[in-house]
Amino acid sequence: MTEAKPATTERLVDERLVLTYFIAALAYMTISMLAGMLMALQLVHWNPLRGLELLSPGRWRMVHTNAIAYGFLANAFLGALHWAIPRLTLRPVLDRRLSWFIFVAWQVVVLSTAAGIVLGPTLQANSPGLAALPFSLGAQGVEWGETPTWIDPLALAGLLLVAVNFMAPIIKTPGPLYVTLWYFMAAFVWTFLTYAMGNFLPQYSLAGTSAGAVSGLFIHDLVGLFVTPLGWGLMYYFVPILLKKPMWSHGLSLVGFWGLAFFYPLNGIHHFLYTPIPMFLQHGAIISTIAVEMVVTTVIINFFGTIWGSGRAIVTNLPIRWFYTGMIFYAITCAQCALQTTLTFQALIHFSDWVVGHAHLVMFGVFSMWLLGIMTYLFPRIWRTSWYSQNLCEWHYWLSAVGLAVMALDLTLVGVFQGYYWASLQPWEVSVDGSVPFWMVRVFAGLAMFAGQLCFFYNLWATWRLSRGVAATSSPRPSVATRAPAGT
Amino acid sequence: MFESKSGVLLVGGLGFFLFAFLSNAVVPALLYRDLPEATTTELVAKNAQVMYQFEELSNCYPEQFKKYFGEPTQENCAKALELGRQIYVNEGCWHCHSQFVRPVSREVDRWGPVARTEEYQNVLQRPVMFGTRRVGPDLSREGGRHASDWHAVHFYQPKLVSHGSTMPDYPWLFDGAPDRPNQRGLAIITYVQWLGSWLESYPYYEDYQPLEIERPEAPAEESAATPAEDSAATPAEEAT
Ligand code: HEC
Repeated sequence: MTEAKPATTERLVDERLVLTYFIAALAYMTISMLAGMLMALQLVHWNPLRGLELLSPGRWRMVHTNAIAYGFLANAFLGALHWAIPRLTLRPVLDRRLSWFIFVAWQVVVLSTAAGIVLGPTLQANSPGLAALPFSLGAQGVEWGETPTWIDPLALAGLLLVAVNFMAPIIKTPGPLYVTLWYFMAAFVWTFLTYAMGNFLPQYSLAGTSAGAVSGLFIHDLVGLFVTPLGWGLMYYFVPILLKKPMWSHGLSLVGFWGLAFFYPLNGIHHFLYTPIPMFLQHGAIISTIAVEMVVTTVIINFFGTIWGSGRAIVTNLPIRWFYTGMIFYAITCAQCALQTTLTFQALIHFSDWVVGHAHLVMFGVFSMWLLGIMTYLFPRIWRTSWYSQNLCEWHYWLSAVGLAVMALDLTLVGVFQGYYWASLQPWEVSVDGSVPFWMVRVFAGLAMFAGQLCFFYNLWATWRLSRGVAATSSPRPSVATRAPAGT
Repeated sequence: MFESKSGVLLVGGLGFFLFAFLSNAVVPALLYRDLPEATTTELVAKNAQVMYQFEELSNCYPEQFKKYFGEPTQENCAKALELGRQIYVNEGCWHCHSQFVRPVSREVDRWGPVARTEEYQNVLQRPVMFGTRRVGPDLSREGGRHASDWHAVHFYQPKLVSHGSTMPDYPWLFDGAPDRPNQRGLAIITYVQWLGSWLESYPYYEDYQPLEIERPEAPAEESAATPAEDSAATPAEEAT
């Protein structure tokens, strides 16, 4: 794994595009967090904006998840891919203009998803012309696929273009490929297929139980076959570069990739255990979930084997700290997975906040952490400067990590309580009242995470101003700008 | 194969995905291929209970009903169900309410019979509304559990009838007052009353005979029930 000489890579990578993707991603992160906050406040009776149709917590909850998946994660991934793929293949993407076209098209997809979810139902109810449309302008009834049906084809076309644009340099690269590229290539195929399967089949051709099975596959594949491979692919790229040493074991990388490829897609139905979906399929999903957890453990071992001996980097190198924190959360999530997929656990915790905690652990604790780490590394590098404030970087990290840890712990715990409240057959309200104190903790944990982002934004802005001042004097490229001056 | 482009793309990317798709999605679809998927019209035609609820709505809110749906015919009921389901999806009700009763965790005691595949073979379950989170209770046995005017007040402002409820207010389903549900309001009430109405033990909690009962009082009085009266009625109702 070698990084090509800067002189070549500079012309290969469209750095402005990378930056633009990151900024867009952060904007959606803000929207998503505010939307989540609205629902959190609703749950503790503190929603100050009750009864406003366009601020309906139910609609904004869908904006919350979609803005994170398609707004933050997708944009941040695309930015990072535009950095990593040309450097790995030593070839530019298919076409720069196409890259920018995809950028714009994707923002149209994400923004119209949000607009559709929030405004669609209102418009349709108040205008007879729109009411006559044969489809709903608002959300689609598929979890993580709430993208309104009328946007789905556009989103799918966008995914196809993304794949074409990135596959061009990969296909031209000779010889056995590096791990990162296995993950990326597979992810392009999987994301496209997953999106098509989840958004079209349950809507147009299947009803009832079998549609439930497909929805389960979709929920799971979206995390497992879109987010996970891109995330791990990037880790296999950035971790060795930042640590300046190769991965610990190539054999384990192989096990990790092929294990994921085989077992992950088989997991979907574990989201709908105890439904009328045939029991043998439920059992199959449970067994393959446990298999995935074993596979994933090998990947984690591989990464901890890599950092073995350079452990101090976790203290001194902020991006590495983000990455490894994410991996620890990943290990926790996966341990949780292996437990919660069992029927015994499901009986108690399904439908409860345990699952919500789990989702935050994965989407924020793992993948957002990785991407924020990548951004912490790349922003100053692209701006040819160092961070305006190392302290604010630390605040960003600690507020995010601690906030998320508190939130996940809190929701996991209340999930167990809820399970017992329900099974005890007390009136429903008892379970709601009993959850409120935990939900309050969640509000504050969320505020901490949000405050962390604000630190980041301020720091970004100040760093950008700094870079404009520095550009005139054209300083030499700093090495890893975020590394603390002392200690390394 | 393990590190080559064609291996990764064809075996990992395409092959394994298709294998999972065949075994996890095509198999259940084949298993249930003989269960016909009912249209909304068929659902209404076979289901006297939901028609009863629809008629009751027209008695409860005659003016509003006339304005938005006209007569309580089967055709209009089907229309209301479809609109109601669309609201259920668009407003994200399904992120706070599930629609299936599990055979565990004493759910049968709380809600009624365990969910069966046949119940979901209809267009109103496309995409299926199993749900994944219960902030509020499961709704698949909700029909007939409360009167329609309870639902109206509840949707207008849940706290009025369910103290401490964290469910959001939905005043936009009304023309300004809880006794004036608009088209969307009437539709979502119909939809909620439909849930579970296909079961023989409907409504699960109260032992009343649908359809044969003529509504005794003047509907105007009924709909004028103030929220305070309604909330007083709730504990008694729950005690049964
Ligand atoms: C924030 C989560 C949330 C959302 C969104 C939500 N609900 Fe609720 N719902 C609850 C809670 C909590 C309760 C229990 C307390 C109560 O009765 O209000 C409840 C209760 C109910 C009940 C009464 C159940 C019973 O038998 O006591 C019905 C019916 C209902 N909701 C329907 C809906 C519909 C329809 C929507 C969408 C328009 C919706 N809910 C949206 C949380 C939610």
